[in-house]
Amino acid sequence: MEYFLELFFGGLTRGSIYALIALGYTMVYGIIELINFAHGEIYMIASFTALIVSSLLALQGMTGPAVLLLTAAAAIIFAAAHGFTVEKVAYKPLRQAPRLSPLISAIGMSIFLQNYVMLAQTSDFLPFPNLLPDLPFVAEYLPFLGATEFFIIVTTALVMVGLTLLIKFTRMGKAMRATAQDRNMAMLVGVDINRTISNTFIIGSALAAVGGVLIASHIGRINFYIGFIAGIKAFTAAVLGGIGSIPGAVLGALVLGWTESFATGYVSSDYEDVFAFVLLVLILIVRPSGLLGRPAVQKV
Amino acid sequence: MGPIRRLGHSLVISLWFMFLTFPIMVPKVDTIEKTVQWRWDNLLYVGAGSFFLSLLWRFLLERKERGPFRAAEREQKPDAPTWADRLRGNPRALRSVVVILALAVCIFPFLPFVTTYQVNILTNAILYIMLGLGLNIVVGLAGLLHLGYVAFYAVGAYTYALLYYHFGVGFWTALPLGALLATLFGVLLGFPILRLRGDYLAIVTLGFGEITRLVLENWGEFTFGPSGIAGIPRPGLFGMEMNLHEVTIYIYFLMVGLCLATIFVVRRLQDSRIGRAWVALREDEIACEAMGVDTRMAKLTAFALGSTWAGLAGVVFAAKTTFVNPASFTFLESAMILSIVVLGGMGSIAGVALGALILILTPEYLRAFSEYRMLAFGVIMVLMMVFRPQGIVTGVRRVYTYTRKGQDGKET
Amino acid sequence: MKRLQMFAVICACVFLAGPVFAADTIKLGVAGAHSGDLASYGLPTLNAAKLVVNDYNAKGGVLGKKVEILAEDDVCKPEVAANVASKLVSEKANVVLGHICSGATKAALNVYKDAKVLTISPSATNVDLTKSGDYPNFFRTISPDDAQARLQVDFAINKLRVKRVAIIHDKGDYGKGLAEFAKGFFEQKGFVPVLFEGITPGAVDYTAIVQKVKFSGADAVLYGGYHPEAAKIVSGMKKKKMKTFFISDDGVRDDTFIKVAGKYAEGVYATGPIDTTKFPMAIAAIEQHKKAYGSEPGAFYLNAYAATICLLEAMNKAGSTDFAAVSKALRTNWFETPLGKISFDERGDAKGIGFAMYQVKNGKYVEVGK
Repeated sequence: MEYFLELFFGGLTRGSIYALIALGYTMVYGIIELINFAHGEIYMIASFTALIVSSLLALQGMTGPAVLLLTAAAAIIFAAAHGFTVEKVAYKPLRQAPRLSPLISAIGMSIFLQNYVMLAQTSDFLPFPNLLPDLPFVAEYLPFLGATEFFIIVTTALVMVGLTLLIKFTRMGKAMRATAQDRNMAMLVGVDINRTISNTFIIGSALAAVGGVLIASHIGRINFYIGFIAGIKAFTAAVLGGIGSIPGAVLGALVLGWTESFATGYVSSDYEDVFAFVLLVLILIVRPSGLLGRPAVQKV
Repeated sequence: MGPIRRLGHSLVISLWFMFLTFPIMVPKVDTIEKTVQWRWDNLLYVGAGSFFLSLLWRFLLERKERGPFRAAEREQKPDAPTWADRLRGNPRALRSVVVILALAVCIFPFLPFVTTYQVNILTNAILYIMLGLGLNIVVGLAGLLHLGYVAFYAVGAYTYALLYYHFGVGFWTALPLGALLATLFGVLLGFPILRLRGDYLAIVTLGFGEITRLVLENWGEFTFGPSGIAGIPRPGLFGMEMNLHEVTIYIYFLMVGLCLATIFVVRRLQDSRIGRAWVALREDEIACEAMGVDTRMAKLTAFALGSTWAGLAGVVFAAKTTFVNPASFTFLESAMILSIVVLGGMGSIAGVALGALILILTPEYLRAFSEYRMLAFGVIMVLMMVFRPQGIVTGVRRVYTYTRKGQDGKET
Repeated sequence: MKRLQMFAVICACVFLAGPVFAADTIKLGVAGAHSGDLASYGLPTLNAAKLVVNDYNAKGGVLGKKVEILAEDDVCKPEVAANVASKLVSEKANVVLGHICSGATKAALNVYKDAKVLTISPSATNVDLTKSGDYPNFFRTISPDDAQARLQVDFAINKLRVKRVAIIHDKGDYGKGLAEFAKGFFEQKGFVPVLFEGITPGAVDYTAIVQKVKFSGADAVLYGGYHPEAAKIVSGMKKKKMKTFFISDDGVRDDTFIKVAGKYAEGVYATGPIDTTKFPMAIAAIEQHKKAYGSEPGAFYLNAYAATICLLEAMNKAGSTDFAAVSKALRTNWFETPLGKISFDERGDAKGIGFAMYQVKNGKYVEVGK
């Protein structure tokens, strides 16, 4: 039982991390139907920014939760700025283009951002300081869970709730949902499409930045290539849950995290990714639009 | 926009980029030695660079908007003559272009300044033309987004490698076997995903590609895992002994031959009943079904036939590299082949060929930039898409006209 | 007409590119991953080559000619490596330093073999490269996998009294090869590993495999792979307060590992080349890197430094760049390098390079056995 619980919480942590990145994917997809392959790179840039800022602060002799807050703020600001800029440069000119063109532009952007960070910083792995607070009560009440894992799960949950409220109740959220449903109609009723799309990218990137700080603290090392694998996983999670659906992305990420964790624990880590993808195929065969995705309405 | 405002705008942009790139470009912290290196000069380069580039960017975008490629205008006068259209309309010019190209292809490896390397990378590019044409069947014609194409390429490569390793099977026997096996795999993948649409299909194909690579990596007893299989023989020619340069040229011509065969078959397929079914499927699945096209069959054949070419290319790949391991069959490779199809122009054979030449040869010729090679490559990909979103060569739509006598007349 | 022009430009590129080099320099090809996910293993080699070549050129070059570096990126992919090899052959590289990954090396060697180009790899450890005898033109300044595995197994059984061992690897050519040798050696001694598994490099989290090790009841973990993953696994194990020994390989015996894993690195065992840190040449080489690039050198830097010296010195000693003469010079002479005095045996493995076992004590690797 203990083994099971440990695997369960390991999977939950993993899934929470995937969820933060998957949300950005799913939001962008929901609004402009683009698989944003550069999203993983935004997460990578956020981790690098966090590393640099936290090191600078540490050199100034700062410690404690202030470092975490300032670092997270910087990572979020710069990630959001990158998300905004990437959209303006690589996707906005392609809004009327054939469907696959922005996808290729995204792949190019992803290659560019990876190499940009590699050249401007380093190709080596860098140690990332653990910024998350060590919560002593966790070890006492939840022996299966480390403090870091606890912090990740709680933060992710809070972020989800915040995002849901934002989308449900604010003007901006309503504009986003309207644009996702029907872009032309939204434009007719006075929604500023360009701004809404920009907002989506900014929020998605900010979430990836939160993910970046958490994961980098959890793993303790980063390099310019971490975005690629995380991006693929998050994309898988988003589709698993039904792409375009926000609760779906979270559910998909958790299912993916658990699958990997249990596959490693009870079968073999040789095939952990194989299990993840096989599960994906099976779920999509049974539910062709993902776990929580609405079946695509076929307009005739 | 007036010139002053334009400059002001660019100034804002350059300030924005200086802010944006600041944390990555300027400080470089050594977390181990606890030192920081401030590289302020980089900020200057970014500022100046983005200022001029934004001016250029604006200028080019405006030109593009005004230019002949604007979508709206295009619809108004659909026969705005492009270079490709003009060629198509002029069979004599077309013939002479083809003859010149054929001659160039034939004499290329024998030119005095052409080295083994030149022949080698051109062979590589031709290999990718073949892959691109295969994927074009699935993506360009049938409109099914396929992100795991490299799996079938791997199937072909491993077919030859393993058959040679265990049974000493030669290249020419392995070639059809590789194609056959890849086709079978295509059908195998095709069945479960018949119900899926759009991006759900894309992710399943991506998953399939990853599963294939992971199995190759982990099933050590069968595939030799990451150490790969070495010493695969290059194709022979009646048992002749050839040195490296000669073999390279031989493979080059072999590849040209296979590529011509591919082009021939793909052209025939396009015009066939099944080809038209694919196009109908791409345009509107429901209407297509309503017209009595068996969409399941059309999807299955698209996958199967697309995979066949990947299998063929895989066998040649194994023979050419003489070594296979799973590192060659990553997702990035699938993305590259997809980029060839989209960048060249979906559904157009000439487009795919141009796309392959550009995307495969560019990184090779960018080697002069050494570390900056892939950076430049990423930029080129984005720029090509922004300024030519529909691809280099746009596929022509065939127009079928109905004549009163009840015969289908075909016009282009 | 624009497209016509573009097409013409492309054609022109295809036909005219391929720079023509003058023949009055010695050309040293440096091939390896210089971009992509494995760049961190390839770029230090390029740095080492540049530094050594600068030194030699300052002293007047080799055989009275300047040495020129032809750096080529193979992304550790076999097919690109084969292209790179044919490029270097076409550009008449005299000798090649590389490649980095064993798979890419194998693909490239077929090309070099036909063209009689000699190569020294600083990092390709696959056993077949030398033991198979297929590649007479291949040398390396790193020991093959089996030597390392044997030392690890002996050390674990004799010194640490390990009975139950869990073997983990990163599924890569290097890590998995090593792990399989170790498994074989353990089984020869009558110990069947309780766990033999691969992990996915670059995954976001390794808690599941740590749990598995914990519940397998292993006394020791033997890890085949590189330091980034090792650091994560070790941290995970220490956070779970596990007392299991952690034994790893040359990919982990890197100071970056200690810095990444921090306090969790304490007590970790790793095999690595015989201690070089006291050799004056090694100290000088590392200093040189810090001065030139402002950072600590990365993986395989000293191996690459040594390999470059061997290549250039062998040409000096042979008095020519001829393949047979240079390879004979490599086999018959001893070279002063940052790795100590080394020479090469018939198959191309380095003599004088051995392995030692190290343990992290107070944030430093200390030699604990040979």
